[in-house]
Amino acid sequence: MDVPFWNKQVETLDRASLQAIQLERFREMVAWALKTPFYGKKLASVGIASPDDVKSLRDLGRIPFTVKDDLRRGFPRGLLAVEMSEVVRIHSSSGTTGIPTVIYFARDDLDRWTDLLARSITATGASARDIFQNMMTYGLFTGGLGLHYGAERVGMTVIPIGGGNTKRQIQTMKDFQTTVLHVTPSYLLHIHSQFESEGVRPGDLALTRAFIGAEPHSENTRRKIEDLLGIQAFNSYGLSELNGPGVAFECVHRKDMHVWEDAYLIEIIDPKTGQNVEDGQEGEVVLTNLIRRAMPILRYRTRDLAFLHPEPCECGRTHRRLSRILGRTDDMLIINGVNVFPSQIEEKIMKVPEVATNYLIHVDKKGALDRLTVKVEIYPKLFLGEAARLEALRTRIREELRSSIVISPNVELHEPGSLPVSEGKAKRVIDERPKD
Amino acid sequence: MAKQLTIFVENRAGRLKTITDNLRKSNIDIRAFTIQDRGDYGLLKLIVDKPNDAYLALANLGCACALKDILAISVPDQPGNFHRLTSALAEHNVNVIDAYGFVLQPHNTGVCCMEVDQPQLMKAQEIVAEAGFTVLQDEELYSL
Ligand SMILES: [Zn+2]
Repeated sequence: MDVPFWNKQVETLDRASLQAIQLERFREMVAWALKTPFYGKKLASVGIASPDDVKSLRDLGRIPFTVKDDLRRGFPRGLLAVEMSEVVRIHSSSGTTGIPTVIYFARDDLDRWTDLLARSITATGASARDIFQNMMTYGLFTGGLGLHYGAERVGMTVIPIGGGNTKRQIQTMKDFQTTVLHVTPSYLLHIHSQFESEGVRPGDLALTRAFIGAEPHSENTRRKIEDLLGIQAFNSYGLSELNGPGVAFECVHRKDMHVWEDAYLIEIIDPKTGQNVEDGQEGEVVLTNLIRRAMPILRYRTRDLAFLHPEPCECGRTHRRLSRILGRTDDMLIINGVNVFPSQIEEKIMKVPEVATNYLIHVDKKGALDRLTVKVEIYPKLFLGEAARLEALRTRIREELRSSIVISPNVELHEPGSLPVSEGKAKRVIDERPKD
Repeated sequence: MAKQLTIFVENRAGRLKTITDNLRKSNIDIRAFTIQDRGDYGLLKLIVDKPNDAYLALANLGCACALKDILAISVPDQPGNFHRLTSALAEHNVNVIDAYGFVLQPHNTGVCCMEVDQPQLMKAQEIVAEAGFTVLQDEELYSL
């Protein structure tokens, strides 16, 4: 397989050279962090008053974690390391509590971030020859603008269409013969479901690749996307606290995402003890930004659960690969004492051809017990009109789910198109249990 | 062979209306119907004058629906006739999945619709004919 590189020298560095770069940048970041009120205090509390107090990468473990609430408490300028006049862009995520998380970029920060995205895009095999339809939301959300500038740097023809408006998305794919999409997996599946009614025939479109991200999804969702659209789908990972997309991206082999380790220090920790776990073991992803000076972030607890592959990738890159996000430390449902991740349920549902891609997980309380209901839609093309088959399908889904999540849910069958589709991040879980 | 249109309908208000409304718009005449209730959903089963048109009208709406061959048997209105029919099928181990009856006007013909396991369909048709009943073919049924 042809393996394209954006910066082959950096992407294939041996471990020792990579660590040397990491240490240098880590110390530089500590210096910037010390300029902020928030990290000034935090670092002093563990005896780090200057970058000289950092001798090796092992010193990372001395630094206390940063959590989302720290960023909210620091709102608006507690984590800002430069004068506001040097800030050239602000991104922000709204969050449920009302206080936004604000991220600041200086000019060089944007430049380095854009370079990571160019590197990510190139790793997938996409190039200046591609027509790139960026279907992510533009604006305060980092997903839209991040890939936009990365794609321009690669030299792709960029269509900055943004999210929503399915009709126009499909028309644009036809008109410009779009080859590459950037889109959330749930929206891409929704778009595909509209192909028929929009009169799209095989051969009308020129799609070859999709960069899918911004919401966790299963391997089966990826396969479904690839099979339905006849394209390659590349998983990507990022969050605004760490710049946005481009923290990790899949290469042409599509076997999980290379973390750009010259730009980010990645740790996987046991969420209960905070201790690092071995490569290969699942835990919470903790990231340190090595490239953003305006707003340094050290040891940020992402609440995403994943693992690092210990073995190298066939592509020759030395930067380790992160598994897809297996769950969130905060979206885990505890049902009658059993831990259940929505991703486990999705994984199973996507394997059942007789149901469509929308689903809803509903939890409520019946008496003293929690009750889990999984709602799925019948896939019209495989509907044969027989009650016995539907009941067998219901039983099969229930058994499949039980084998994965231990408890046996109610399975409800619904009409095609009746479950809510959200354009963007899909809301798949409704928990109606009384909170105490 | 007669065709039955089966439609997956969720058990919530207004669903049937959406379906009947669309059939009306497509000029479909409903000759008979029944609903098989399964709790959270039901199967609406229709005998209509133009099964293919009806199927397309609903499929284009995104409905889960299916056309299926069934037995439509003319059963004259006399005591013991229906029993004779079911006995003949039972004797030959034909499993009836669902059955419903209606009367076609203006000839006052009693019609019994029977869904049987698809592999047994041809056999069931022969058994019914041998027992002296008339199996209505689709044109006969729709144009009555
Ligand atoms: Zn690789």
